[in-house]
Amino acid sequence: MSDFYEVGPAEPVVISTRVDKVSPKARREHNVRAAIVIAIAMFCLLPIFVMSMTAFKTRSDAVSAPPKLLFKPTLEGFVFLFTERALVPPARAQELLASDTTDLSLFERVALSSGQEITGPSDYVGRLKNSLIIAGVSTIFSVVLGFFAAYAFSRFDVPGKDDLMFFILSTRMLPAVVVTIPLFLMYRQFGLHDTYQGMILLYTVFNLSLAVWLLKGFIDEIPLEYEEAALVDGYSRIQAIFKIVLPQAMTGIAATVVFSLIFAWNEYAFALMLTSDKARTAPPTIATMLGRGGIEWSAIAAGSLGFLIPVAIVVFLLRDYLLRGVTFGAVRR
Amino acid sequence: MSSVELQKITKRFKYVTALEDVSFMVHDREFFVLLGPTGAGKTSTLRIIAALLKQDSGSVLFDGEVVDGLTPADRDVAFVFQQYSLYPTMTVYDNLAFPLRSPLRKTPEDEIKTKVEHAAEILRISHLLDRKTAKLSGGEMQRVSIGRAIVREPRMFLMDEPLSNLDAKLRESLRVELQHMQKTQGNTTLFVTHDQIEALTMADRIGVLNEGRLIQVGTPVDIYDRPATTFVAQLVGTPRINLLPAGRENGTIHVDESLLQMPAPEGRTLPDKLLVGIRPEDISLNPTGQFNGTVVLTEPLGVETIVHVQSGERTLLSLAPGMIHLQRGADIRFNLLQDRLHFFDETGKRIA
Repeated sequence: MSDFYEVGPAEPVVISTRVDKVSPKARREHNVRAAIVIAIAMFCLLPIFVMSMTAFKTRSDAVSAPPKLLFKPTLEGFVFLFTERALVPPARAQELLASDTTDLSLFERVALSSGQEITGPSDYVGRLKNSLIIAGVSTIFSVVLGFFAAYAFSRFDVPGKDDLMFFILSTRMLPAVVVTIPLFLMYRQFGLHDTYQGMILLYTVFNLSLAVWLLKGFIDEIPLEYEEAALVDGYSRIQAIFKIVLPQAMTGIAATVVFSLIFAWNEYAFALMLTSDKARTAPPTIATMLGRGGIEWSAIAAGSLGFLIPVAIVVFLLRDYLLRGVTFGAVRR
Repeated sequence: MSSVELQKITKRFKYVTALEDVSFMVHDREFFVLLGPTGAGKTSTLRIIAALLKQDSGSVLFDGEVVDGLTPADRDVAFVFQQYSLYPTMTVYDNLAFPLRSPLRKTPEDEIKTKVEHAAEILRISHLLDRKTAKLSGGEMQRVSIGRAIVREPRMFLMDEPLSNLDAKLRESLRVELQHMQKTQGNTTLFVTHDQIEALTMADRIGVLNEGRLIQVGTPVDIYDRPATTFVAQLVGTPRINLLPAGRENGTIHVDESLLQMPAPEGRTLPDKLLVGIRPEDISLNPTGQFNGTVVLTEPLGVETIVHVQSGERTLLSLAPGMIHLQRGADIRFNLLQDRLHFFDETGKRIA
């Protein structure tokens, strides 16, 4: 290799695919920038890192101060998360563990080593399923309804358009907690308490204002000429919406899906008040996970880890559209 | 192809009247150009014909049949927009195939392929078929949108300033191509522009629109040689026509604030106060000319030179062939082609 690599080209080059063509100064700057970004990312990911660690700690390790960085990993947290257990006398537990004859599953062994016996599955999986159904369906409803409402507001002369848009926004102005008690009474009256329908309705209504406003902004950006061209080309308005507007609004739709989903997925206060069992979602379940004689931090951490995964998957699937949304408005048109 | 007729079309928006009682007819296979400045109502006219806009009163007729109740899809016209007309999420091929895939037409895919390739060949965009439209240049984009119009056989073409976003060279070549295509295929075309050169070069007939009113309809020769108003006279022709306020005394016309005077043409009754219009090419520089003036400025264009001649307080534009160089302030003599003068009354209306 020539000394070109060390010295760099006569004129500094800022970006090149060839490492040896980038000037040392630009390379240093690039490294500094990369280091800063990595540091910020590490800082932001720290809670998730701590959470993942806690999920594999024993009860005592989880609450030790200062926090232990090195520990013997255990599946205790996951066992506590997924099962209902009962205490067994220590002698009996030792006996069961020692005898190889009984077919003990991995979970049963872990439970027994902390002196407990598995009596049945916990409701965590069911609650996670509730969360998936309620958040998923309400997101679909709010994005679909929001899209059509936003389209109408964007394209047609709706009488009192500005007032209506403000009214839609105003549904977001009251702090949600204020209306929980009236809502609770109403839901009891109408039989919506602790039902999927009730929770889906609530989250849909709550997200709809956001969806309409967000999507209207995106649809406004799509020039009307595209649809008119499609109308003239022999398509009806509905066909033009699906063939022309929808593909171009995908960035906005992806952003709206993520926002709506995250709200419905994370919502805690309403879920706590308006559900008890059948339709209870994961957030209140995880937060109130009490074991014998205290909070099971490792189980909560394990539960939160599982709770993260569905949203992470959705964001990952929509990443291309979301990234395009970041540069939205910066592209030459 | 079809003919289209507009009967007493009026369209008002909230604050402005876009069209006021506009009636005209585009014959089958005719190239009709609507010419007018920005805001004259040209685009509204096109949009009403395509049913993208609903008129407040009046009717649109295709081949003598009222089509007011038909949707844009059912009117079966092709619209070439000024911009933003290519679907950005599709390739050039899919853009061209889009009208053929409409549920109204249901063309089989292999037939679509033949038609798209044929249209692409005519417009010389065959090599672009696989590209995404965002990666095209302005000229290529406009070719594709014209292509989207010609892949099917619409009843007529509506073109809304399709050339105005292109650079001068491209505009010229596409203008020739469009004209060639229209003549060989015999498409009924209604073409909207604010560019008088496009209008004069391409049109079979021109309709001049101003502030929502149709002022004159005629062949390019009619419009140029017999403009109905001073507005039309000024709209067509570069450099623009000299319009001079004048007075008539008995048989002589005196141009105000200048030494120009000329005999009033015989057999015409002219008012006492009038406007005289003289096309720059009708002022010929001549050493033995009847009038004299001073050179204020020359603008050599190559083929011809625009000479600004001052006569009294008035400055006239004269068009002389070739490149000529004249000293500023030099005396010069010139003639007026008397039989090519235009006379307008004080309101700007042509006098017979």
